[in-house]
Amino acid sequence: MKLLEYEAKEVFKRYGIPLGMSAIAKTPGEAKDAAAIIGRPVVVKAQVGVGGRGKAGGIKPADTPVQAREAAKQILGMKIKDLTVRKVLVEERLRIQHEIYLGVIVDRAAKCYTILASGEGGMNIEEVAVRNPEKIVRHNVDPLMGFRSYHANEVAKRLGYSGKKMQQLSDILLSLYRVAYEMDAELTEINPLIETAEGFVAADARLNVDNNALYRHKELEAKYIESFEGELTPREMEARAMDLTYVELDGDIGIIGNGAGLTMSTLDTVMLYGGRARNFLDLGGGANPDRIGKAVEFVLKDNRVKALFVNVLGGITRCDDTAKGIIEARKKLGDNKPIVVRMMGTNEEEGKRLLHGAGIETNDTMEEAAQKVVHLAKEV
Amino acid sequence: MKLINRDTKVVVQGVTGTQGRFHAARMKEYGTTVVAGVTPGRGGQDVDGTPVYDTVVEAKEKHGLDASIVFVPAFGALDAALEAIEAGMNPVVVITEGIPVRDTIELVARAKQLDTTVIGPNTPGLIKAGESKMGIMPNQVFKRGSVGIISRSGTLFYEIAAHVTNQGLGESTCVGLGGDPVVGLDYIELLKWFENDVETRAVALIGEIGGDAEEKAADFIASGGFTKPLAAYIAGRAAIPGKRMGHAGAIIQGAAGTADSKMNALRGAGAAIGEQPIDVAKALKKALV
Repeated sequence: MKLLEYEAKEVFKRYGIPLGMSAIAKTPGEAKDAAAIIGRPVVVKAQVGVGGRGKAGGIKPADTPVQAREAAKQILGMKIKDLTVRKVLVEERLRIQHEIYLGVIVDRAAKCYTILASGEGGMNIEEVAVRNPEKIVRHNVDPLMGFRSYHANEVAKRLGYSGKKMQQLSDILLSLYRVAYEMDAELTEINPLIETAEGFVAADARLNVDNNALYRHKELEAKYIESFEGELTPREMEARAMDLTYVELDGDIGIIGNGAGLTMSTLDTVMLYGGRARNFLDLGGGANPDRIGKAVEFVLKDNRVKALFVNVLGGITRCDDTAKGIIEARKKLGDNKPIVVRMMGTNEEEGKRLLHGAGIETNDTMEEAAQKVVHLAKEV
Repeated sequence: MKLINRDTKVVVQGVTGTQGRFHAARMKEYGTTVVAGVTPGRGGQDVDGTPVYDTVVEAKEKHGLDASIVFVPAFGALDAALEAIEAGMNPVVVITEGIPVRDTIELVARAKQLDTTVIGPNTPGLIKAGESKMGIMPNQVFKRGSVGIISRSGTLFYEIAAHVTNQGLGESTCVGLGGDPVVGLDYIELLKWFENDVETRAVALIGEIGGDAEEKAADFIASGGFTKPLAAYIAGRAAIPGKRMGHAGAIIQGAAGTADSKMNALRGAGAAIGEQPIDVAKALKKALV
């Protein structure tokens, strides 16, 4: 779950990470009032859950409260990558000496949290990572020891700081790691961290929380579905609300499988035979007829779907349950789109008997079924 | 690294839950030596003939356990697995799906410290065909033979195992690594094990998009660490960047983690690459017969 900048900053603030003065505004009038309270030149920043808002015109400087109102007027309601901007963050404009990057990520290979830091922060950090990886300082955190102040000092040293500045930076690193750990973050980032004459200030904030850990963060659950705006398409949002694992693609063959690997493989096999999948839908383990019916209905109702391919390898999921779900959904929709079913495993015979009784053919192998559904989709 | 055979004495943690109970029975049917179950607070009960204890240590004192399989729900899984590790269980197989990655990181670190093999989380488990299984895979798919299987997914693993069986090859030991971003076992550790396993003549590697574990495995093979015939299948060619394809670990980030990158790396290391699942079994048959 991706938090918006201002939401991430609210968390950072609780952990003592230095931030500029700021306020959130939903109207141009509120933006003007916020700038007046801050009493200095500000930046007005669109709050949306996608990157590239600067380039899209979603970040504007303003020297006076009236200018802040005008900037907010332009930004509020604008679309950035299909997302409507509903809130802006009005924030004190900082005099930049130097931009630093700080991040905490999950390193899959090293199986730990890793601290990343670079003296070349700002918009082009990805480029730095590719072209000059030596300019990024990495520290793998020992999960059983944690990230301690001497580790943080060392990272700050490697960025070239010493004395008081080193300590200031080290404190920020420690706080950032605590945010990552305690918030169960997949990604925690300050980019840029601005170095001023007095010290450091976090100008931007990113915090992506592990969806599996939301039960430990009840305060975020209410915003869960909303947070996928921009990341998910409207159909994907609808599926998420129904608790279906669904990814929208741009072909015309609907695909439902059980298990992520098998479902991906089903998409690939359809592609291999010249077809294009409209979606990925993984039933997961142990789906009952009701859930299967719901999934089939959801895919068949999609106008762009010309034919449906259901591929189930019965284990915990039973083939007879799968058949019942398909038949039920079809009856309910009164739909005549062609359906190709391949099933194998638990209660296979009963599942096939039910489907054949309802006039739906089955195939024994995924390869055969894929060829068939590609052919059928072309005929429609 | 420690795997299993018919003598491995297994404890089922979370045996009183629906999944734990169901799969404890399937494992016994297969021949696994399931001797005890653990659910804190349910000590003294009995589940389909398996005695239940409050703690792993208590069950171990009574039965002399070797290994544990964990079906405990996500919020309690870290504790259950740590308990198993500290009680000396090895391997510890974590079936549970949806464990926060922070918990897995701590679990894997503790396992490493105590030299314990952790399989999973979010894994179908492992099986020694014809002898014993610690997992949720369908029993009828596997037949004793000479092909080792390493897989990141569940049902796709069964799909390919069924093809291997149908080709008349059968399986030796098969291990599901798990679909999460961080898991206990990697391809390389298993490839090393299979290289030395006399019952394994060839290996099927079933990967998917996301991360770079398959590329690392390819480097290991190319450097001469694994010399038996190997055929691979990588799921997710039709996936698009930035979208999670079901598994938490199956996501292409930028240009990294694509199916093509993985297939090219493995092909470069001399592996046969299947365009579709059945090709893996055919390639192995060709290599072995």
